[in-house]
Amino acid sequence: MDKSDLFKFCLRLGDSCLIMAHRQSEMCSKGPFLEEDIAQTNLGLDLLGQAEALLIYAAKLEDKGRTADDLVYKRPERDFYNFMLTEQPNTDFAFAVVRQYIMALYLDKVYETLSNVDDETLSGIALKALKEISYHKSHLGMWVTRLGDGTHESHERVQTAFNELWMFLGELYEEDELDIKMQHAGFAISGDEMKSYLFSEISSCLTKATLSIPESIYMTTGSKKGIHTEYLGYLLTEMQYLQRAYPDANW
Amino acid sequence: MGAEKLEVLFQERIDANEKIEPRDYMPEEYRQHLIRQMSQHAHSEVIGMQPEGNWITRAPSLRAKKILLAKVQDEAGHGLYIYSATETLGITRDELISRLHKGKAKYASIFNYPALTWADMGAIGWLVDGAAITNQVSLQKTSYGPYSRSMVKICKEESFHQRQGYEIIAAMAKGTTEQKEMAQDALNRFWWPSLMMFGPHDSDSPRTGNAMKWKIKRESNDVLRQRFIDKTVSQAELIGLTIPDPDLKWNEERGSYDFGEIDWDEFWSVVKGGGPCNLKRLNHHKKAHNDGAWVRKAAAAHAKKQLNK
Repeated sequence: MDKSDLFKFCLRLGDSCLIMAHRQSEMCSKGPFLEEDIAQTNLGLDLLGQAEALLIYAAKLEDKGRTADDLVYKRPERDFYNFMLTEQPNTDFAFAVVRQYIMALYLDKVYETLSNVDDETLSGIALKALKEISYHKSHLGMWVTRLGDGTHESHERVQTAFNELWMFLGELYEEDELDIKMQHAGFAISGDEMKSYLFSEISSCLTKATLSIPESIYMTTGSKKGIHTEYLGYLLTEMQYLQRAYPDANW
Repeated sequence: MGAEKLEVLFQERIDANEKIEPRDYMPEEYRQHLIRQMSQHAHSEVIGMQPEGNWITRAPSLRAKKILLAKVQDEAGHGLYIYSATETLGITRDELISRLHKGKAKYASIFNYPALTWADMGAIGWLVDGAAITNQVSLQKTSYGPYSRSMVKICKEESFHQRQGYEIIAAMAKGTTEQKEMAQDALNRFWWPSLMMFGPHDSDSPRTGNAMKWKIKRESNDVLRQRFIDKTVSQAELIGLTIPDPDLKWNEERGSYDFGEIDWDEFWSVVKGGGPCNLKRLNHHKKAHNDGAWVRKAAAAHAKKQLNK
């Protein structure tokens, strides 16, 4: 395995975890009730831990003297490779739940594959993360059901969240050259497999929640080349503020 | 058994340092005092999430972000324990929150000050949690069982919080000139409000009498405040920061620090709602609660449908 390929692979995955962790951390003190406030930020903490582990490994693979913090705080938005889905804002509780639910499905499959690779660092990260993500899947899946089946308002809100976030799904099974290389090395499943897994899981969850599969008119593409929605710039501006304002300081 | 006799027996149990449990007899004033104090404590934990939550998205390193997020989560967990402990007194969390929103229940005034720089995360952990621990260690021996047990659990986490805050401010105090200035500025702004956290002088604290008699409170405001000052001054000196009190000096005879007079006008103004962030903190809590109403309704509706299946 080419080190620079593995670096990019870890960076992509690490970036998605990082940006989701940030979005989840924004929910702190804003939960619908205290128990769920704790649960939602806990999802964020798990993702932050996964991001940290992946980015520490990425920095090591790159071997150019950058640390994980350098990767987080000193890259401009065009050099971030997280999926666009992960940067979508917490428009309401339903949007956050749907975003995280879809990503939990995705990560579960990704970590399952990585837990078997011949790379001790990555398989170790994946094994630990799998336990966390399996809880995310179950917790968020239950919320999709509750909201879909709950009241007329919650049904409408969660259906709207699925409809509006649907166009970001395509990136999760889209393939580029690096993905193909990673598949050949056994580090990833094919785009087709991922697509059919995601559609099957989501369909059965939506049916249970009395929701409909959204119509697919357009799927975004570009995050693997550092193209994002307009939300990412604001998120990074906030996240990187101290490091950018005081570049000589250690915290 | 007559009410008077019951009260005598109750006081005997208190005097013998027995814990009072939810199903035990307790005078109505004791129950009401606990509801007021414990709910104020729970609200403080929850409102206290806001000033620090304000910096989670701007934390300057992955490590700092992880620690701060975990810490604020701990505060939410503390709120949860204490709300649950308060519910054992026969009141619901909904009612407690409604009292908070109506301005009938208070929370610690310290959270009505803004968290303006990253150094404030240090000052809050070091001073605010430090003051809270001083108070809570004493409360571990409080006479009401559920409250006492929640304090034991909470104290373990709070000492980690204080170290986390001290680590932030110590790193900044030995950092760049700008970082040092931020650290000193944070100490300047949070020192006096931290001392106010212990409440008015014992002579001006009307409820202290009953609270001490019932052993809800084990030590007085002034005793606890002095203990906090005595342990904190050397921590400031160690990292080269100056306590913003020209009257602060060691008193050999007392074996304690003498210190300047607290601005009690400011204290009472903030208690009564006239502080920089009173409105913001309460509005934030109300907004989160109101925004979450449809989620709570959905969860309840789904649970009901499941039961009827």
